Amino acid sequence: MDKKKMNPASKKAFMNYGLVAVFFVVFQVLLSTKNISSSLAGQLVPMVAYMIMAVSLNLVVGISGELSLGHAGFMSVGAFSAVILEAALTSGMDPSSFNKNTGLKIAVLVAAVVCGAIMAAIAGFLIGIPVLRLKGDYLAIVTLAFGEIIKNLLYCLYVYIDDSGLHFSLDPSSVTGTTVLNGPMGALGVKKISSFAAGIVLLFIILIVIQNLVNSRSGRAIMAIRDNRIAAEASGLHITKYKLMAFVTSAACAGTAGALYALNYSTIVPKKFDFNTSILVLVFVVLGGIGNMTGSLIAAAILTVLPELLRQFQDYRMLVYAIVLILVMLLTNNKKFKDLISNLFKKKKAGEEVQK
Amino acid sequence: MLTYLINGISLGSVYAIIALGYTMVYGIAKMLNFAHGDVIMVGGYAAYCAMAYLGWPPAAAVVFSIAVCTMLGIVIERLAYKPLREATSLAVLITAIGVSYFLQNAALLIWSSNPKIFPNIFASMPPLKIGDAQISAVTIVTICANIIIMIALTLFTGKTKMGKAMRAVSEDKGAATLMGINVNFTISMTFAIGSGLAAIAGVLLCTAYPNLVPTTGAMPGIKAFVAAVFGGIGSIPGAMIGGILLGVIEIVARALVPAVPSDIFVFAVLIIVLLIKPDGLLGRKISEKV
Repeated sequence: MDKKKMNPASKKAFMNYGLVAVFFVVFQVLLSTKNISSSLAGQLVPMVAYMIMAVSLNLVVGISGELSLGHAGFMSVGAFSAVILEAALTSGMDPSSFNKNTGLKIAVLVAAVVCGAIMAAIAGFLIGIPVLRLKGDYLAIVTLAFGEIIKNLLYCLYVYIDDSGLHFSLDPSSVTGTTVLNGPMGALGVKKISSFAAGIVLLFIILIVIQNLVNSRSGRAIMAIRDNRIAAEASGLHITKYKLMAFVTSAACAGTAGALYALNYSTIVPKKFDFNTSILVLVFVVLGGIGNMTGSLIAAAILTVLPELLRQFQDYRMLVYAIVLILVMLLTNNKKFKDLISNLFKKKKAGEEVQK
Repeated sequence: MLTYLINGISLGSVYAIIALGYTMVYGIAKMLNFAHGDVIMVGGYAAYCAMAYLGWPPAAAVVFSIAVCTMLGIVIERLAYKPLREATSLAVLITAIGVSYFLQNAALLIWSSNPKIFPNIFASMPPLKIGDAQISAVTIVTICANIIIMIALTLFTGKTKMGKAMRAVSEDKGAATLMGINVNFTISMTFAIGSGLAAIAGVLLCTAYPNLVPTTGAMPGIKAFVAAVFGGIGSIPGAMIGGILLGVIEIVARALVPAVPSDIFVFAVLIIVLLIKPDGLLGRKISEKV
């Protein structure tokens, strides 16, 4: 056996891979033994998509230290690029034979997800250049603005396929042939090709990418800029380059999540990825602990299924959700409560020592 | 064109009144109060209930709505924000989002998602005619209310003891405490004033756009937040200018390019302004010290 100890960072990283693996096995067992309600089973792919979103936003908020309020915009770019590519690739195929051909389905899924990630990365690059010049709340508001612009642009985008191929248009009256994207109505007739297992594979890949970035020389540079911009600049770090690196990586991951999410539903509307979704993901990140990837994963998983678990409260469930959210924030961030809890632990420890 | 411009100024005035609440709270507590938009919605419902269920005259309903929102603002601050005075700004932001969810869903339970039709409280006033252009009474009242609030607030922050205390607290909390200013009380007062203004904005907004639903406040809330940043967050005249500009851009864009959602132009202008002037139009430039 190798006696060399792992450094704490890679220990943490491996803990996350383990967590995802355990998570997958538990739900896969529940699924195959049918011990899971159908509404919860339907939540599995969105849950994995939100886990990816949470990890990706954590890279921007936690590691790079910039507040982004428009992350759903990248999810949206990824989702709709994936949907368009899927429609273009499968347009000539017979639906029933496509559904039987698993290999083809996987190939289309991979192509769609890669396309979503690349398009979101391009969007992230274009948006990142102006946005990252700003600071603090001004940066936050501009990301919000870009998120809203992406949503509104999709409202007036019409995509259709006819005999001469794929067409993009801003004019609803010009649409002929098969409609892929119908402005505010969104994408219709999407073939559901993403699955829980595919989501877990993507989550693994993204965790590997992000954790390796964070633990690399570049990752340390990004965190140095977060902690003290002036000192980092004085040490010769290229601020824009590293900030952009974090932002674009995060956008690509969000695009992946969007592609995974969209290909799980037969219809998907641009409104799904609005400001509220950005906020929802931000809630995952903050509740899980800023900069803590494990926390993001757990918070995203729990909070996605929480409204489902609160079903017994019926109409009151979103109200209960809001109260839980406020209480958790108060309990974890109030100094008095924190002191109280740490005192309790101290007393316990002291007691144990006395007993020894 | 004149009609568009005046309608734009009117919508902008509503944004400006909401943005004042954002900017005052930000200036003093350094927090983005995301629940502010939902206080507007509560203000609208309070006025609606006073008129529809209690049969009160509009003037009394407006006063009632202001009272309800002022109390709500103080209660929210005491219960949700005060315990987090020393926490990170993101923690407070998420709590504010929690409060926003809470208010929206509480409203959903109380008043259901069916839209309530807000009565036109200025129906008895005739519209003003300038040439061919016709300007409704609510437009004029909104613009006048905005001007009065602006003057009142400038006098309040400049001349009164409370206003000076507010400026002192926003500048330096520690030093203000040493000067014998009750910081907690001052922050509560700021929330009270901001929420009272939100009530006025709620009534004006609902009179102009009479469909009242639990999410009424969400989008104007975001727009007003944008307006506050646009003008330089923390600055009262900045919020005013930002709000009016935003309203004018929105209405004029909607009239000139009806095919494209006007929000695109609103947000695009915001981005351009912030890229040229990264601290907003009237924002203070804080130089970085090493």
